[in-house]
Amino acid sequence: MSADGDAAVAAVERIAERIERERDHLTELDSAIGDADHGGNMARGWASAAETVRELDDPDPATVAKTTGRTLMSKVGGASGPLFGGSLVFASAELEGGLTPESAVGFAETYLAKVQDRGDASVGDGTMVDALVPLVHTFKKSIEVDDVPPVVALAKAVDAAERGAAFTVPIRAKRGRASYLGWRSVGHQDPGATSTLFILEALLETARDRLDVSVAPDLDATSPTVPDEGAAEE
Amino acid sequence: MKKLINDPDDVVDEMLDGMVAAHPDRLRRLQDTQVVVRTDAPLEKVGVVSGGGSGHEPTHAGYIGDGMLDGAAAGDVFSSPTADEFEALIDACDGGEGVLAVVKNYEGDVMNFETAIELAEMEGVDVETVVVNDDVAVEDSLYTSGRRGVCGTVLVHKAAGAKAAEGADLADVQRVGQKVVDNVGTMGMALTSCVTPEKGEPTFDLGEDEIELGIGIHGEPGTERTGTMSADEVTDELTESVLADLDLDEGQEVLTIVNGMGGTPQMELFVVNRRLQALLSERGLDTWDAWVGDYMTSLDMAGCSITVCAVDDELKNLLGAPVDTPALTVR
Repeated sequence: MSADGDAAVAAVERIAERIERERDHLTELDSAIGDADHGGNMARGWASAAETVRELDDPDPATVAKTTGRTLMSKVGGASGPLFGGSLVFASAELEGGLTPESAVGFAETYLAKVQDRGDASVGDGTMVDALVPLVHTFKKSIEVDDVPPVVALAKAVDAAERGAAFTVPIRAKRGRASYLGWRSVGHQDPGATSTLFILEALLETARDRLDVSVAPDLDATSPTVPDEGAAEE
Repeated sequence: MKKLINDPDDVVDEMLDGMVAAHPDRLRRLQDTQVVVRTDAPLEKVGVVSGGGSGHEPTHAGYIGDGMLDGAAAGDVFSSPTADEFEALIDACDGGEGVLAVVKNYEGDVMNFETAIELAEMEGVDVETVVVNDDVAVEDSLYTSGRRGVCGTVLVHKAAGAKAAEGADLADVQRVGQKVVDNVGTMGMALTSCVTPEKGEPTFDLGEDEIELGIGIHGEPGTERTGTMSADEVTDELTESVLADLDLDEGQEVLTIVNGMGGTPQMELFVVNRRLQALLSERGLDTWDAWVGDYMTSLDMAGCSITVCAVDDELKNLLGAPVDTPALTVR
């Protein structure tokens, strides 16, 4: 298995573990403003995805992402299936040439575009878009402008997503299930924004593990060499 | 609450097997899916497909047949089918002329269908969509933003299916489906709550002497909870709301549906139809055809909905064209 494919499978497994650990937490958030099924649905979907990608024969990151998306699409159900799974399927095409900082940015941008398009949501609507937009913009800027190593960019993106998810607490939801509550949605963190944050945190943990480094978000980049990228070029 | 089921988790699967067993000459289930298609799908014409949560029988698979649907995806009770099921449905019903997807306006249904359509388009299938939102009762509700899609969906299946059977192209089939949506309105009411297999008890509490006007087909709240009313009073309330929304000219020809919600005796539906026809005639409207029966149900809910669709010569030809499906026969 290629190093990148191996890392991608490890990332999916790590996300599945994290979501399983947060299952009750997510369900609790969803009981407050939705129908209390987000934790169970996501845990079921990611567990199934981890199982499926483990069976793949020498996969590349694009195949792992696509397979994960397909599995989520068929197992998560409701609107989360197309949002988390469908978006991943479409974004996976960006990785077909290999996993590089540039393709990772393309992947993140396409994922965001699909979620926004499907959910018809913008920043400030109290949905996962509130976590995704700062996440993707921060990641893109860190790679393209600040020119920091991918793992640093990922750490900065986690920070941004955390603030984005927290931003859904004081505002009134205008899209998604919580919007039916009107002003009563104020004071609750959006479950989709929260699970998005958990997914990204698990991605970052995987990247750190693989690189065997601990990177503070504000670390200045001096060594741009990331082993995983080298493997992708081969 | 007593139910004639085995395991709640198996209800949809077992229902579909039983449905296919009842109509083996017409229906075929795609392996490992909850998708049912015509035995002879795909045909060399535009495919017309639909789908949504189960619990609305005979919608959707009951309308599969020559001149109506080519296939339908069944989700779990009151839950949208997943995108991969919709994708399998589209794929199985594409005979090269493209596919029209008829979608009821619920967030889950729309998002899953949209995802499936985008995936199908990547494989080179032409897909057009008609989103049905005929419920005049509420703008936003528990499962949707905008109006809900309810019984008028059956007329969209019928008109689009008839047009496709004539050999029309995808754009034309889509156009007549949309034409129905633009000319139809529905409003429902409940005497009792539905009971889902999973929960086994009423979805909402409705007192012995209460009814809910504007109810959705999943037991979602309507516009008003009120004391019991006579059949004539209920008919007047529902019809006035639909007519206010449609704003028809005097002399307009209409097709009407008095639809049972699943737990209503036909006797009561005919009593409602009697008053409906008298009221329309008072309003100077001309009933071209009147359907009475269970078309779009909500499990075992007692209650009904009234649908009015303005028809012109084109829609009369399509809605009146012969069709023979498990649930609807027009001769």
